[in-house]
Order: sequence, then structure tokens, then C-alpha cells
Amino acid sequence: MLGKSQKAAHLAEEITDYTVIQGRSLWQDARMRFVRNKAAMASVFILALIVLFTIIGPYFAAWSNEEIDWNVMGDVRGMGMPSIETGHYFGVDDLGRDLYSRVIQATTTSLLVGLIGAATALIVGTCYGIAAGYIGGRTDSVMMRFVDILLAIPATLVIILLLVVAGRSFFMLFIALGAVGWLTMARIVRGQTLTLKNREFIEAARAAGVSEFTIMYRHILPNLLGVVIVYASLLVPEMILTESFISFLGLGISEPYTSLGRLIAEGAGTMSYGTLWQLIYPLTFYVTIIITMFFIGDGLRDALDPKDR
Amino acid sequence: MLAYSVRRLLVAIPTILLLIVACFFLMHVAPGGPFTSERPLPPQVLANIEARYGLDQPLWKQLWDYLYNIVVHFDFGPSFKFKDRDVNDIIAQGFPISLTYGSLSFLFATAVGVSLGIAAAIRHNTWIDYFAVGLGIAAQALPNFIMGPILILTFTLWLGWLPGGGWHGGQWQYLVMPVIALATSYMGSIARITRSSMLEVLNSNFIRTARAKGLPTRTVIWRHALKPTLLPVVSYLGPVFVYVLTGSVFVDIYFSTGGLGQAYVGSALSRDYAVLLGVTILYGALTVIVNLLTDLAYAWFDPKIRY
Repeated sequence: MLGKSQKAAHLAEEITDYTVIQGRSLWQDARMRFVRNKAAMASVFILALIVLFTIIGPYFAAWSNEEIDWNVMGDVRGMGMPSIETGHYFGVDDLGRDLYSRVIQATTTSLLVGLIGAATALIVGTCYGIAAGYIGGRTDSVMMRFVDILLAIPATLVIILLLVVAGRSFFMLFIALGAVGWLTMARIVRGQTLTLKNREFIEAARAAGVSEFTIMYRHILPNLLGVVIVYASLLVPEMILTESFISFLGLGISEPYTSLGRLIAEGAGTMSYGTLWQLIYPLTFYVTIIITMFFIGDGLRDALDPKDR
Repeated sequence: MLAYSVRRLLVAIPTILLLIVACFFLMHVAPGGPFTSERPLPPQVLANIEARYGLDQPLWKQLWDYLYNIVVHFDFGPSFKFKDRDVNDIIAQGFPISLTYGSLSFLFATAVGVSLGIAAAIRHNTWIDYFAVGLGIAAQALPNFIMGPILILTFTLWLGWLPGGGWHGGQWQYLVMPVIALATSYMGSIARITRSSMLEVLNSNFIRTARAKGLPTRTVIWRHALKPTLLPVVSYLGPVFVYVLTGSVFVDIYFSTGGLGQAYVGSALSRDYAVLLGVTILYGALTVIVNLLTDLAYAWFDPKIRY
């Protein structure tokens, strides 16, 4: 009798232990889909290597980014080429500065510009979009008409205009990039908020007496996150592209700072003298960063937005 | 349809006016101007210059004159830097050039992009598909200011086939590189959008029905699949046209075509606000008009949209 009930208890334990189905959350699901995407994982790896390079790289540099190598300066074409012996692993630029250090500096700047620009756009756009969509009515149409008008002005022109009017500085560049980036984000977030705000769980929250702000923050925002992340990941390369374009024109970041767009512009300007490395090194970094970011964005979209698969 | 068009037009006009007003004030709060130089001008001279350009008037009066001249005479006023030219001259000289190769690269990007996308979707998961997808992604990562140096490096410096810049009345040798440089990245995006849209359409029920009733593949694709495929593409073409216009700012400078972009960046660097303002307004107005046309084309294309 005793043995039997022990056996039954054991059995019950076994059943409860092994037959409980482990549910997977949306995020676990998304992570699994992302990890299975080979192109995206390879891109993450390569991008991580580049970031690592910008952190560790400076410790191996023989020259700083500001020093001018007077020995090479007179004959950049003949002596400034990439070599291990002189310590200029990527060669020197037109003024005799070490390109290896300059490329590290430029890559850091470009990545930062992409991240901060996208983050600004993300925060402003999400807040604006949620507010417009959730409040609705006339407020919504006024807020969105404002966005429509701003969207009608070509983004590059707005940035050039802002940089000319307010002066060129790092801070202003971030503001200008953020100022054009948030518009599309606001539109997307508003659309999503509109579909969410009439759902039952929002109604339930309201019936339970949750304040409006808490509903937006606790109930709507988490449900938007997937779409927002996907769009933000595509925004980062776009920001880098725009900044490079502006810097290429000579209106973006100014000396002694530099960005990949600036270095490519300098390299493109001097390539007819036969100093090709000045173009090729920044260009390689640039194209690699952009392509890997595209793949990561695509992978995130496939993972987080099941409709598109 | 007519009511919808009129309503859209009624929204577009105040948008353009607002754009003008916003740009006008932005310019006027900016510190420094075209007449501030290293060596300060004597106050009388400065006062005379300001009177000449109407800068001594109250701001609202300036704005009113500016708006009035644009709306009634289509006149953007004189340039602050070039004494003998006004903004209209500068636009009239540069804009046709930018528009010529801009339109060409728009057509090129659309034609090649759509063909690539359709070919990839029809031959899904074959080498044609992989080739088109690879090309699309690579092209997307190569915006005009990257393509410019690469093209010059290849065709001018190494092969010596094409001249590295200039315009010469738009002879084809001078057109090839600006058009390709401008078109590449948009071609990539268009190809990818077309491909995914076509794949979605080809998997839908009405295509299966068309196949099931025995229509030849060619008819299925051209008669049934093409129109719904092109819907998302059409809505992307409006923005592309605008990007091509602004992208030409770079191409003008890099290939020295003498287009409007050179004047634009030149005026941005020398703080010639009159030119800067005129060109911004021109591009902004064009954007509004192109968006309007895109929406109307979309409404015409998609019978599901009701106004």
C-alpha cells in the first residue's frame, strides 16, 4: 500500500516534470529566428569585429591621427604607401597623417553618428507618434499634417540648411540628422498605435482605472517595440549614409574631426595622383559597415515581423 | 476622383506657402550674412547695400514682398553674391541640366530595377534570382557619392573611355557616368521591392486560378500579375524622384556638370541666402508636386482605394 502510493507520487512527479510544455515568448521566438538567419549572424560578427577594431586598434598604432610624418610628406605617392616598416599600416593621407589612425577615428565617428542620430529619431518619433495616435481626433490630424509638411522638404536640403544657419558642430549635426529622421518613425508609430488603442486589453486597462500615461507607457509602447526596432535598425545605416553625403560636400564634420565620408572625399580628390590607398581603405570600411547593417536590419525584420516572412 | 484631386491640391498649396515662410525665417535668424567679411564694411556702405536689397525693411514687409514677387512674377529676387545675376538666372541655367540627367537616371533606375526584380521573382531560387538579389544589395550600399569616385577610377583613370566631367551640351559621353552614379542605389531598392512584391502576388489565389484555367505563363504575368506587383513600386517612385533631385547636388559637384547643385552648395558655403532660399523652395515645391502626382497615380492604379 505504502509502496504503491509512493510509486503513484513518483509517477505524478514525473508527469508534471516532463509534460509541461515550455512556452516560448515572442522575444525568444524572434531570437531563434534571428540566430537561424546566417547572413544576419555573419553580419553581426563582422560588425562586432569592426567595433572591436576601433577599440583595440589605437593601441597598435605607431602614429597618432594628428601627427604629421614630415619624412613622407614631401613624397606621399612614393613613400606614403601602406607598409609595416614605417608604421603606416594603411599609408598616409595627403598631408602626411597616418591613415590607420584616421580610419579608426573616422569609423568611430560614423558609427556614433549613426547610433546617436537613430536614437534621437527613435525617441522623438516614438513619443510623437504615440501621443498623436493615442490622443487622436483633431490633435492627431494637426500633428500629422505638421509631419506631412516637414516630410515634403527634401531631407538633405534641410540638413544643409540647418548646418549653414546654426553653424557646423558635432551637436548641430546630431540635431539636424535627428530632425529629419523622426518623421517617418512618427508616422509608423502612429499607425501602429491606432490599431492598438481599440484592442480589448487597452479597454481592460482603462476600465481598471489605469492612467492614460501609464497605458501609453506600459501597454502600448511594449507592443510597438518590434516595429520600432526594425525601423531603427534600418535608420542607422541611413544616418551614416546621410552624414557621409553631407561631409563629402564639405558641410558636415570639420577638421580635426573626421568621418568616413570625409576620408572618402579626400581619397576621391587625390586618386588621380596614384594614391589609391587613401580611397580604398575608408571605402572598404564604409561599404562593409553599410552592407552588414542592411543584412542585420533585414534579419531583424524577418525575426520580429512575422507577416513579412 | 476629381474631388480627391482637388482636395489634395488644396492641401499642397498651403504646404508650399508654409515651406517658403519657414525657410525665409530660418535664413533671417541666422547669424552673419553674405555681407559680413573679415574686413568690416563702413556702416554707410552697409546701409546702402541693405537698402539696395530691401534688407532695411521690417521683416514682415520683406516676407510679403518676397512672397508677392514669387506668386505674381515668379521672381526669386537678386543674388546677394553675384551682382549682375538674379536667382531666376541661376536656376534657369542650372536646373535644365540637373533635370536632364536626373530624369534619365530616374528612368534608368526604374527600368533596370523593375526588370531585375521581375526576372528574379519569375525565376525564384535560381541563379538569376541570386544574381539579382546580390546585385540589388550591393547596389543599395553604393550611393551616388561612392559610385562617383568608383566610376571615375574605372572608366576615366584606368580604361580612359569616358571624360571625367563636364557637360558639353549633354553629349552622351558626358551623361553616362552621372546617370549611372545617381541611379545605382535606387535601382537596387527598386529591384528588391519589385521582387518581394512580385513573389507575394505570384503566390496569391487569383494567380493560381489564372494558371489553373490554363492561361500561358506569359499572359498570367503580364496581364494579371504585373499591375498589383507595381503598386508598392509606384508609391516608392515618388520619393526616388525627390532623392534623385537632391542626389544631383553631389553629382553636379563631382562631375562638374554645371547643374543646380553646384550653385546650391556654393551658395550654402558663401551664405548667399537668396540663392539658397530659391533653390530650397524650388526643390520643396517639386517634392510636393511629385508626391501629389504619386498619390494620384496610386489612386488610379489601385481600384481598392476610395476617396
